[in-house]
Amino acid sequence: MKLTLKIWRQANANAKGSMQTYPIDGIEGDMSFLEMMDVLNEQLINKGEEPVVFDHDCREGICGSCSLQINGEPHGPDRGVTTCQLHMRMFNDGDEIVIEPFRAKAFPVIKDLMVDRSAFDRIQQAGGYVSVNTSGNTIDANSTPIEKENADAAFEAATCIGCGACVAACKNASAMLFTSAKVSQYALLPQGQVEASTRVLNMVEQMDKEGFGNCTNTGACEVECPKGISLENIARMNREYMAAVSKG
Amino acid sequence: MSILDAKIPEGPLADKWTKYKNEINLVNPANKRNIDVIVVGTGLAGGAAAASLAELGYNVKTFCYQDSPRRAHSIAAQGGINASKNYQGDGDSDYRLFYDTVKGGDYRSREANVYRLAEVSGNIIDQCVAQGVPFAREYGGLLDNRSFGGVLVSRTFYAKGQTGQQLLLGAYSAMNRQINRGKIQSFNRHEMLDIVKVDGKARGIIARNLVTGEIERHGAHAVVLATGGYGNVFYLSTNAMGSNVTAAWKAHRRGAFFANPCYTQIHPTCIPVSGDHQSKLTLMSESLRNDGRIWVPKKIEDAVAIREGKKKPTDLSEDERDYYLERRYPAFGNLVPRDVASRAAKERCDAGFGVNKTGEAVYLDFASAIDRYGKMEANIHKIDNPSAQKIYDLGRDVIENKYGNLFQMYEKIVDENPYKTPMMIYPAVHYTMGGLWVDYNLQTNIEGCYAAGEANFSDHGANRLGASALMQGLADGYFVLPYTIGDYLSNDIRTGKIPTDTPEFDQVEKDVNDRIHKLMNASGKHSVDHFHKKLGKIMWNKCGMSRNAKDLESAITEIAALRKEFWADVKIPGSADSMNPELEKAGRVADFLELGELFAKDALNRSESAGGHYREESVELDGPQKGEALRDDVNFKYVAAWEYKGEPKDAVLHKEDLKFENIELKTRSYK
Repeated sequence: MKLTLKIWRQANANAKGSMQTYPIDGIEGDMSFLEMMDVLNEQLINKGEEPVVFDHDCREGICGSCSLQINGEPHGPDRGVTTCQLHMRMFNDGDEIVIEPFRAKAFPVIKDLMVDRSAFDRIQQAGGYVSVNTSGNTIDANSTPIEKENADAAFEAATCIGCGACVAACKNASAMLFTSAKVSQYALLPQGQVEASTRVLNMVEQMDKEGFGNCTNTGACEVECPKGISLENIARMNREYMAAVSKG
Repeated sequence: MSILDAKIPEGPLADKWTKYKNEINLVNPANKRNIDVIVVGTGLAGGAAAASLAELGYNVKTFCYQDSPRRAHSIAAQGGINASKNYQGDGDSDYRLFYDTVKGGDYRSREANVYRLAEVSGNIIDQCVAQGVPFAREYGGLLDNRSFGGVLVSRTFYAKGQTGQQLLLGAYSAMNRQINRGKIQSFNRHEMLDIVKVDGKARGIIARNLVTGEIERHGAHAVVLATGGYGNVFYLSTNAMGSNVTAAWKAHRRGAFFANPCYTQIHPTCIPVSGDHQSKLTLMSESLRNDGRIWVPKKIEDAVAIREGKKKPTDLSEDERDYYLERRYPAFGNLVPRDVASRAAKERCDAGFGVNKTGEAVYLDFASAIDRYGKMEANIHKIDNPSAQKIYDLGRDVIENKYGNLFQMYEKIVDENPYKTPMMIYPAVHYTMGGLWVDYNLQTNIEGCYAAGEANFSDHGANRLGASALMQGLADGYFVLPYTIGDYLSNDIRTGKIPTDTPEFDQVEKDVNDRIHKLMNASGKHSVDHFHKKLGKIMWNKCGMSRNAKDLESAITEIAALRKEFWADVKIPGSADSMNPELEKAGRVADFLELGELFAKDALNRSESAGGHYREESVELDGPQKGEALRDDVNFKYVAAWEYKGEPKDAVLHKEDLKFENIELKTRSYK
């Protein structure tokens, strides 16, 4: 395959960025999108130019590092995959592909396609945990049966990889899907209920403080989420939040 | 006596850990506030250790090269975590988990460490459930279990195919709680580039801020390395792209012994290599072997026809298929340990029975499991005379529920539907049992420098059983280090803050800067990846699933030559004083180029076959085990701990004899 890549290049957080064009040839359908980027970078290095910087690590869709906006969509045109699992067979010979970083005020660009998603960490630090010590001196794991349905739903919410595609997809750059997934995981489990009120209040407060926008229920986040995190989580978080507020 | 003192407590095996905990020194809470601990790596071992140490009251600094602790590669572990809960009532116990692990490791691990691991395993599950880790449950609301290779009980707890993710997010949440309290300072996008010793004790590290390129000094009373394994020395592996040996190797260069570097786990069920562009390999969890049956065609003509695209696997009838694991190992069948399964796949493919275009793939087939589950579900739901399609649909739902994300991952990568046609798999480098030598306290032979999780060597011997890595990482981090490190730190309550404006820090920082300068100024012709790929080829061809003296000797020479070439000819664009991923990679590959040589030297020295280390010269020639790997307990019942002496080829071997007081050394049979 012969392709034309239009890539956002930005030297550092303070520099002004711009789109650059790179023709590329010899791309095979079995390559992942990032392996295609590897080919480009190898060519750039051999020419003495700086390779394109992008976040990536596990390359199996679970670490949540990769974060490219491809042809206007987070993680590109395929559904239910991260960029590292997107394969070039999704594209055709002669295509032009536009590659940008995830765009959001709360995700400033570090370099080229790499953004700073530490806002997500701070939301988790505000309350995304159960306050038990790790001494192991707790009750036996099977002493609290949990309905399978709830356990499974908690698991589904907990599969969020924290990549930020939901924010990049949202016209308001809202982090509601991300935050609600964590809130839901704990809200659905007895272990999480003790601190449910303070958790949701603190996490939402931090989310707002980071500069993420509000949710207007367009549902773009759910469509683009590589792990299929459901909008129901946002509804659940809103209920949790209202309950916590009314409790005072 | 050897200079290696494992410091194993006296007394009966089952009492050692309890008795030891009762006797060690403690640090009072007020004094803990004056003690700093550095934890490098935030996977299961590092994340768990950091959270636990901070809870106890120590001031913790964590370091990870990723942008968040949550992205450490423990996240990618799929299948599960073992614990001797015996919830299934199928005869499990601490002793049996201990026994299986020692046997699975081919009798090359330390009894006392492994027993402790089994002893604390149940606590891990209690702890994780208390943290809100959503393990799979049965309809009655209790925890579900499944089975893994090399064992005859169901002791594996799981969360679909994302167990590592859920456990890591649990540890990360415990870390977050301490970050919020100010007890952990988390340095993300930072890479440790060296360790600083003061009066022989580890007292800090030099790290590079990967965003700004700044070189930083961090002092502490103890340093924990929880930096994972070195599988990326093979270039292609199931490790993350950034996984590296640098922290462990730097400790090695500063005096820590590196143990059993040749013990590598080649995992039998990975997606086969598709071409030269490949940057990494993807695991298909071992849990799939609970339900998948592994086979190749019986007749070579059929294998050829499949490779040429003239036949499909589904065209072959049952008696045209060779379920070679079931044939060779009737007792364990498809659930033999990983090393055995990998070698058996290689044997069939080398004999010409491989089923993809490269000839390096075997089938993992779910058709009979779908049928079996379908019939079972039809029974449960009282469906009389279900159609074949109905049975398939019901069975497919069960399989999807158990392994859905793995099937989806496979389909995205290979572009084939594994519900309809068998998966193709081939072994790939997955885990390294070798690592920094540690004593019972998980302390390396540098005082104050600890190694936890995959970074140490201690618990898995020559082969790790499935679902035991998560167990070991969390055991080390949550339940072992918090005790043992306290014993050491009790001597530091009057030390005061460790200053970093000292000649020792000056010197190490200078060494780090000199090395970066040398890399940046090589101004050669080839990219870092060019050298890394070359190294990987040597390692895979000569130090892979099957090893012999001649190949290992040539690997040593070739790696040394490649290292020389690398330093003269590597090309790194950009500058050192800003973000530069090529420079990061170069530093890691430079260390792999040293480790690789030591790896080959260790493999050459160990002329027995043990676990994942298979020497062609050491096989059973006769009897029921004919053709299987042959261990040599007379000459090799030891841990090979290597001391750094400049060049890897000059490394000096120290032996820790392994004592088996509770388990009889036997030939490992899975027949």
